[in-house]
Amino acid sequence: MFEVSGLHVFYGGIHALQGISLAVPERSVVTLLGANGAGKTTTLRAIMGLVRPREGQITLDGNSLIGRKPYEIVRMGISMAPEGRRIFPDLTVWENLLLGAYSRTDTKGISRDLNLVFSLFPRLAERKIQRGGTLSGGEQQMLAVSRALMAHPRLLLLDEPSLGLAPVLITELYRAFQRLREEGRTILLVEQNARAALSLADYGYVLETGRIVAHGPQQELKDTDLVRQAYLGI
Amino acid sequence: MAGYVQQFFNGLTLGSLYALIAIGYTMVYGILRLINFAHGEIFMFAGYWMYFLVFLFRLPWWVSAVLAVAVTAAMGVLIERVAYRPLRQAPRVSLLSTAMGVSFLLGNVIIVLPWAGGRQKPFPEVDFMRKIYTLGDVRIQAVTIWVPLIAGACLLGLLFLIYRTKVGRAMRAIATDMETTALMGADINRIISYTFLVGSALAAIGGILWGCRYPQLYWNLGILPGLRSFTAAVVGGIGNILGAMIGGFILGFGEILFVAFLPRYSGFRDALIFSLLILFLLFRPTGILGKPLKEKV
Repeated sequence: MFEVSGLHVFYGGIHALQGISLAVPERSVVTLLGANGAGKTTTLRAIMGLVRPREGQITLDGNSLIGRKPYEIVRMGISMAPEGRRIFPDLTVWENLLLGAYSRTDTKGISRDLNLVFSLFPRLAERKIQRGGTLSGGEQQMLAVSRALMAHPRLLLLDEPSLGLAPVLITELYRAFQRLREEGRTILLVEQNARAALSLADYGYVLETGRIVAHGPQQELKDTDLVRQAYLGI
Repeated sequence: MAGYVQQFFNGLTLGSLYALIAIGYTMVYGILRLINFAHGEIFMFAGYWMYFLVFLFRLPWWVSAVLAVAVTAAMGVLIERVAYRPLRQAPRVSLLSTAMGVSFLLGNVIIVLPWAGGRQKPFPEVDFMRKIYTLGDVRIQAVTIWVPLIAGACLLGLLFLIYRTKVGRAMRAIATDMETTALMGADINRIISYTFLVGSALAAIGGILWGCRYPQLYWNLGILPGLRSFTAAVVGGIGNILGAMIGGFILGFGEILFVAFLPRYSGFRDALIFSLLILFLLFRPTGILGKPLKEKV
């Protein structure tokens, strides 16, 4: 069980997160929805140890993540496909993937996960020796997700994977997420694209200007007026 | 003809020395966007460690050489740890001034050290480097064969490290995106320490080989070779390891040819080298192999 409770983050003088609490139970997909600037990425950055919260607690199976360095958090079992993909453009697809497995030494497990990501995204297998910077936007996103999977995380964080992608690519990406879900992976999915996210998630939270304003099981959330009007446009 | 062959070996020797030193500038710049002005002093210190170990501790030259490289590399790591790391988030100019400060500090340590300062010191003689081979009327000093061979082996080893190992992969990754490299589970500080270790070790090997070629030691020995190697790194494309090697050889051969063919003007060689630096910075700041610079966010 992964839990965030009462998280406050300040950016300069701005109170970016004002007491966020959320939980991601094992083997479930939880989504965090919200508009630009609501604090979604800040939440993920706080989880990964890239920003230090002023107050609050973040725990994985009861172990606190607060004050730990990003590499320690990866070793504890959390990895992230960051916003904007951030793949290494000068490194090959293969090298990008191996970097994702940086914290691991189990050669067998690494090659098993390589097979997994190549079966999820066969295009990456075809482009193994290509430099990351030569991939299309959709392929780069696939690489970013795969690279995060290479850490064999117990919790996978995805930051706006659908951002800037054509609908057909979003479908392809979400088909892969669906497979991960069926395998029993634990995922925290941050999205602006509520329709896509709610088609996958078991549970959702809605974030507005640093506060959780609604949460509930996927079906319930879809039916609330807030989500229908603001995020689904119904 | 004989003259050309000799000059070729001279150029090869000087070029490989510049290449060894230029690597350290380019690696550190690639990761921290810092011109490590103390790098020339690191190079200089390796020669002095040889002097101390051979003449004061009476160790054989080869034991001294290994120890000198190890101690000098450790100095590089230590400098990053105490002088640069605390300033990682500070404006670049603070880092740059600190690097200059470290450079002056190291130079002045040699001046005030009782066993080192004052007059020039001799670099310990390494016998096999001093042989002279004659082939017809061509006379080649052993040192001009050994230096490129040893340097070449080090450069190949470096390329292997950078392009074929896990740490090398992380070094390349960190140079483009430090934060994302941290997200991969790599300990950034550790990788940066390795970078200083490798760069300083290569400069130390360069310093020892330099001593074999030009066997006098003095406190500001590192300044000119350092600045010329920095120019080599810029010419090759700063941040680019292969570029630093190429730049080193261009400068080494250029300098030897200039002095050989225009001996009357040999006093202008540094003027020429630094004009080259200025021209590159003005018209091709990314060097021969460099791509347009991306601003770090």
